[in-house]
Formats: sequence, C-alpha cells, structure tokens
Amino acid sequence: MNLEINVTETDNQNVAYLSGEVDVYTASKLKETLTPLAEQSDKNLIVDLSGVDYIDSTGLGIFIGTLKTTEKTGNTLMLTGLNERVRRLFEITGLNEVIDIEVDNKREEA
Amino acid sequence: MEETKISMYQLYKDMLTSYLKNKSEHALYHAQQFSKEMMEKDMSPEETVSLHLSVFQELAEDLPEEVVDSFDLLLEVMIGYGLAYREHQSLRDRQRQIESELNVAARMQKSLLPNGEISLDSVDLGVISVPAGKMSGDYYDYSLDEHGNIGVAVADVIGKGVPAAMSMSMIKYAMDTLPEQRLEPGALLESLNRVVERNIDSDMFITMMYGFYHPEEHYFSYASAGHEPGFVYNLEKDSFESLEAKGLVLGVSPKVRYKPDVINLNVGDFIVLLSDGVTECRVDEEFIEREQLVQMIRKYKHLSAQEIVEQIYQDLEKAQEFQLRDDFTLLILRRKV
Repeated sequence: MNLEINVTETDNQNVAYLSGEVDVYTASKLKETLTPLAEQSDKNLIVDLSGVDYIDSTGLGIFIGTLKTTEKTGNTLMLTGLNERVRRLFEITGLNEVIDIEVDNKREEA
Repeated sequence: MEETKISMYQLYKDMLTSYLKNKSEHALYHAQQFSKEMMEKDMSPEETVSLHLSVFQELAEDLPEEVVDSFDLLLEVMIGYGLAYREHQSLRDRQRQIESELNVAARMQKSLLPNGEISLDSVDLGVISVPAGKMSGDYYDYSLDEHGNIGVAVADVIGKGVPAAMSMSMIKYAMDTLPEQRLEPGALLESLNRVVERNIDSDMFITMMYGFYHPEEHYFSYASAGHEPGFVYNLEKDSFESLEAKGLVLGVSPKVRYKPDVINLNVGDFIVLLSDGVTECRVDEEFIEREQLVQMIRKYKHLSAQEIVEQIYQDLEKAQEFQLRDDFTLLILRRKV
C-alpha cells in the first residue's frame, strides 16, 4: 500500500493532504514530510486524513512525534477528515484529548 | 594449506582421469561432492579453474597453445565471481553472528516474563504471548501479593522487533520498582508514564492495561493507558462487554492522570486482556472485528482459561496461514469461587 502526500502552504498554515495507508511502510515518508512543516515558525499544521483508510500504531507514532515538534515550535497541529476506524484509534489511545481533531460532518454522516 | 592443495590436486586428477576414461555418471557425482568440499575449504572459483588447467596439462601433455591461453581469459572472468562469493561468505558469517546475538537477546527477554503457572483456588488464569519475529514488543505480567491479590498487565509497545523489545524491558524494570502501587492501577500507570516519557523516542509510545483482582471482595480494579479495550464476561447474563477505560498512551506527555475503574465479578465471570496484535489479525485480508473475537471466546468459554487462549491463538494462526503480523498476547482471568 502506498501513501500519497500533497502539501499546500499559505502564509499562516501548512495543509498536508494524505491519501492511502499510514503504516509501518509509509511512516518514514510521512515523518520526512511532516517534521519540517511542523518546525516552520508561526505556521499551524493541518493534516487532512480524508483519503486515509487505515493507520497502524507506527503511523500513530508519527502524529505523536509531530505533535511534540509543533509544541516545541509553538504551533498547533490539527487533524481533519478522519473516518470512523481512524477516529476510533485516536479515541482508544486517548490522543484525541491532546491532538486537535476536527469532526468532519460529511464523513460523519456517511 | 599446501597439503590441502596437494590432496585436492590429487583428488581432482583422479576424478578427471576417471571421467575422461569412461564418462560415467559416477564421476559427475564425485564432482558435485568435490565442489562442496571446495566451498568448505574456502577455495575460490578461479582457484578451481586454475586447478583444472594444471591437472589437464599433466594429463594431456600436448595441449594446443590456444586452449592453455584461453584459460587466462576464463580465470579473469572467474575472479569477479570469486569476489562475489567471498562477500557472500562474509555476509553469511555476519548474519549467523547477528542471529546468535538475537537468540541470546530473545532468551533474555523471555526471562523477563513470568514463568511458572499460578494455581489458585480463587481464580483461573490463562495467558499466551507469541512474538511475530524473534523478539516481542508485547509485555504481560501476573503476580500475587501476600494478601492474595492478583495483578495482571498487558502492554504493547508500538512497532515490533528489537526496538519494541528494548522498550518492553523498560516496562518490566519499572514495574519491579513499584510493588507498592500494585493495588493502585491509576498511580501505577502514572509512574510508568513518567519513566516512559523520559526514555522513549518521540515517535514511540506504549499502551498498557493494568488491573488487579481482590479475591475476598471479588472486584477487579483497572486502568488503561490508551490500550486496546479488553472484555468482561458476565456468566449470569451470558454476555460480553467491552472493558474500556480512558487514558492517554504512555510516553506522550509527562503529566497524565489515569482514573481507575472497578467492576464486580461473580463466580464464573471473567476478564479478557489483549494486545492489538489480536485485533490486527487479518483473515481473508479483513481485520477481525471485536465481535468475531467475542464469538471465538464464546465458543471455547467452557474450557479452562489457559485452554481458551491457546485455542483462540491456534484458530487465528491457522486463519492467517501461520503468518503472524504483529506480536500477539491474550490473557484471561476468571473468578472461580
């Protein structure tokens, strides 16, 4: 399985659109993309997971690492477009309490 | 070495003479044996070619010059193969060394897990833990204190293999320093979280569920650090419910509170703890759902706790064609009296 990442940068935020699976095989690619984005000063990071069906624990670790990086630089990390399965993973692990997760209404109804 | 060369020379000469005389299959078989021996004696392909030439020159005295010269070319070509072969050998030696180091580490890791069964009148306990590779990122523990309280834990380190295994031993050592918190699941996880947060890579984390059963009051008190929820079976209602507790995974933030929950167990009720290797089992490319797992436990619930976990492992292993993708741990604790 592959992971496609597209990034759009504006003045005050970076948005990374992910599509595919975030797992042990794609985690390092994701980390390479997200870490420099999280390190940019005065830019909040939004990760759009609308195209992601599955995240494993290694993938989850990348979001934790990214969160820690944004905390250091004073930025915020927000996740959007989580499907049911992925949202459940963030709930079980309690990460929804420390990472800002935007509830996507469209996905919710589907 | 010189002696070996002489004896190999003689051997090759006998073989070649015999083959040239009667072209027998037998001699070809000998050639196969000879090639094994060459490898054992670390002879390179170019040495073999050169051996062939010397022997042949002795047997057939008037070799045309072109034939002899052509061997120079062949020798040159074989040198490349020789180098590749030697590299292959040194990699193989290195691999053997790594493998044996890994075996030692795996044995050491096994010694971190509890051994010996707990046989008690109050509870029936069963546990199985199988690593996907040589080393496991899953940790489990069961222990008995002097008042008969039984503590049980299942922890799952992100990823698998050696890095996961190293973090898993951190949990074990930290647990050993906290005997006084064995009856305070929340405080125990808070202490472990502080240790993990300071000592783990920023992309890594550990999930864990810890609880203990009080054999006189018949309750189970537990807390979870982002761990895959377990199950509790109620015999009277013949129902399974999710054993959930809120709490952040270990290693993310230093100040986390874990709130313990308590449930009462009647005779025959049981608790199921698991690692996500159980629910990450894929059958026909689909993840097994928690409901399917409940059905499997239901099917075997008349058996002893140890038999249940073993049967479920066997069924899931078979369904995945014996290819475990993640470390697998399943623990059952049932109130007996």
